[in-house]
Amino acid sequence: MKRDYTIAIHHLTRVEGHANITITVREGQLIEARWAVVETPRFFEVMLKGMSAERVPFLTSRICGICSISHALASIRALERAMHIMPPAVAEKTRLLAMHGETLQSHALHLFFLAVPDFAGTASILPLMESHPDIVRAGLQLKELGNEISTVTTGRCTHPVSLVVGGLSKAPDKAKLTALQKMIRERKPLLETACAFFRTLAIPEFSRETEFISLSNSTSYPSIGGDLVSSDGIKRDENEYLLMTNEYTKDFSTSKFTRLSRETSAAGALARFNNSSAFLHPEALKAAESFGLRPVCHNPFMNNIAQLVECVHILEDAEMLIDSLLDSELSAIKTPWKAQAGSATGAVEAPRGILYHHMETDSEGRVVKADCIIPTTQNNANIDLDLKAIAEWALEKGKNDREIEKLCEMVVRSYDPCISCSVH
Amino acid sequence: MNQQGLRFEKLKIASFDFTCCEGCQLQLANRESSLADFLRLLDIRNFREISSERHEDYDIALVEGSISRSDEVERLLAIRRQATVLVAFGTCACFGGVNSLKNRVSGEAAVSEVYGDMEVETLPVRRISEVVKVDLSIPGCPVAKEEVERIIISLVTGSLVTLPKYPVCVECKAALNTCLFELGEICLGPITRAGCHAVCTTGKTPCLGCRGPAEEINMEAFLHLVGERGLSRSDLQEKLAFYNAFDAFTP
Ligand code: SF4
Ligand code: SF4
Ligand code: SF4
Repeated sequence: MKRDYTIAIHHLTRVEGHANITITVREGQLIEARWAVVETPRFFEVMLKGMSAERVPFLTSRICGICSISHALASIRALERAMHIMPPAVAEKTRLLAMHGETLQSHALHLFFLAVPDFAGTASILPLMESHPDIVRAGLQLKELGNEISTVTTGRCTHPVSLVVGGLSKAPDKAKLTALQKMIRERKPLLETACAFFRTLAIPEFSRETEFISLSNSTSYPSIGGDLVSSDGIKRDENEYLLMTNEYTKDFSTSKFTRLSRETSAAGALARFNNSSAFLHPEALKAAESFGLRPVCHNPFMNNIAQLVECVHILEDAEMLIDSLLDSELSAIKTPWKAQAGSATGAVEAPRGILYHHMETDSEGRVVKADCIIPTTQNNANIDLDLKAIAEWALEKGKNDREIEKLCEMVVRSYDPCISCSVH
Repeated sequence: MNQQGLRFEKLKIASFDFTCCEGCQLQLANRESSLADFLRLLDIRNFREISSERHEDYDIALVEGSISRSDEVERLLAIRRQATVLVAFGTCACFGGVNSLKNRVSGEAAVSEVYGDMEVETLPVRRISEVVKVDLSIPGCPVAKEEVERIIISLVTGSLVTLPKYPVCVECKAALNTCLFELGEICLGPITRAGCHAVCTTGKTPCLGCRGPAEEINMEAFLHLVGERGLSRSDLQEKLAFYNAFDAFTP
């Protein structure tokens, strides 16, 4: 077996955006392991300066093609809190349903298109269309369902149209909601197919203890707004996001790093599960149990499974939300508002973890200062340390360079990193 | 003779992204019901986002995003050398897109606002056609998958590739929407190229012109309409600048 080698993965594939992995081994010992984000920055904080509140969600949603609804809603929440606007209940329910659609679409994309090929030993999902047609079909139909939920609630699946400050520009159509309800009921069994398939995959038994950060509220599984909590016992108000993130730069990465109580921490589905599993729907808890997933789980590969468990929860919750929307008058969808000076944070649980937008407005409702801290940014340091830990773990187990390369790629992918988003 | 001088069974296609949100690429994996048929038309040679396989022989390059760093210029030139048909894919590629809003300040000011003292390279944002020759432009933020499918089928079958010449208003009227001007808003529908089925105005949100100017627009009449109704000049400016698609027309 080779004792001296360097693994250099230039532009990791099957992730969103550009990043490199470097692993250096000398005499069978790990010398260096590094996660470097090389994506071109776009400077959204600069673009937002001077933008009117009406236009802000249309700009922030362009931070990310996968989680545009989360970005729109984080900035809307920041602006509404800054200008003391209370959106109507119907709008809040529709927004939550829209978040569910986006998370389902994003989790399905990650699980079936990006992660499964690793476990199946293929380069992409394309060969699986022949070898595992049922699984590919299940993945596509779940992703389509997520997109359909987003389309019915926001007007379009990528880059929402009707999510605006004060509520919604247009109510979801009741006939479309009814059709959506039917589609959810028909496709729910696909998740059982998916779970059965994922139970056959060999998930590496690796773990490294870390701190998990997520939103928390005392009534439901986290999604839009709430307190900021960590598994190390920290709890802060939403507006105190800076104390939770402590962003810092690294000269080899255009995406920043963050830390809290320890050197690194993690956000995402596993963090939400670890901190709030008590609020999951019983069906989702059953699914978790079938994988032996219990809080607090420190195996980063189990983030994939936590995503699957969340899909089960989402479909159950979406059914209830649609029932409640169908029972309501969908006329009061937007609170009229007056621009005012203020500042606040809007935090949401995007598919990949907690997303913060902080906005300061002037008396005309224009943004004076903006700050966006993205889930993948919060995971960068953790990914970096996991790479070191997994390379060492694999060396101890006598794995060769090819196996180590694969494990390193897989552990990064398990975070479902969204790199262009993290650089924004 | 086929479109753009190409003739083959499956299109050897590759997808590349530059400064952007990757939303347009993502559209390629949407419209799941027709996805399998769509993929059957294509021989995907390079598509980092969904596959670990990479090959350097492709005929069609879908180029997403705008250009804002020197390594991107190099990468784009290499793609141009290989591709027979280079497609500017999406509004960022066609016009610079929202990224262009950064150009209002200097590179140094942008870097210090976001990164403090750290050195980060950034160039003024450019559209793809400012760097290399573009054979075909598919606008939209994001692109409409239906339109992409239609264009790809045209390329495979060798028929003419066209985009609607008329403005968004035509599609908006067909959808029987109340015109947003009647509700006191400025909408760029009258000057923007159709093809999105007026998705924004159908959601009661003004068109921000992501698909760029329609073929025959009457900017003067449009500005007159906005002035006559006493609508906000700064709102108009903000909308026209949003995707950097109307720079040639901006008063
Ligand atoms: S055009 Fe819009 S959707 Fe496409 S990459 Fe650019 S910002 Fe994203
Ligand atoms: S809402 Fe916009 S697109 Fe629709 S008719 Fe009016 S101006 Fe045209
Ligand atoms: S309505 Fe206007 S902004 Fe919306 S998709 Fe169509 S062209 Fe783009």
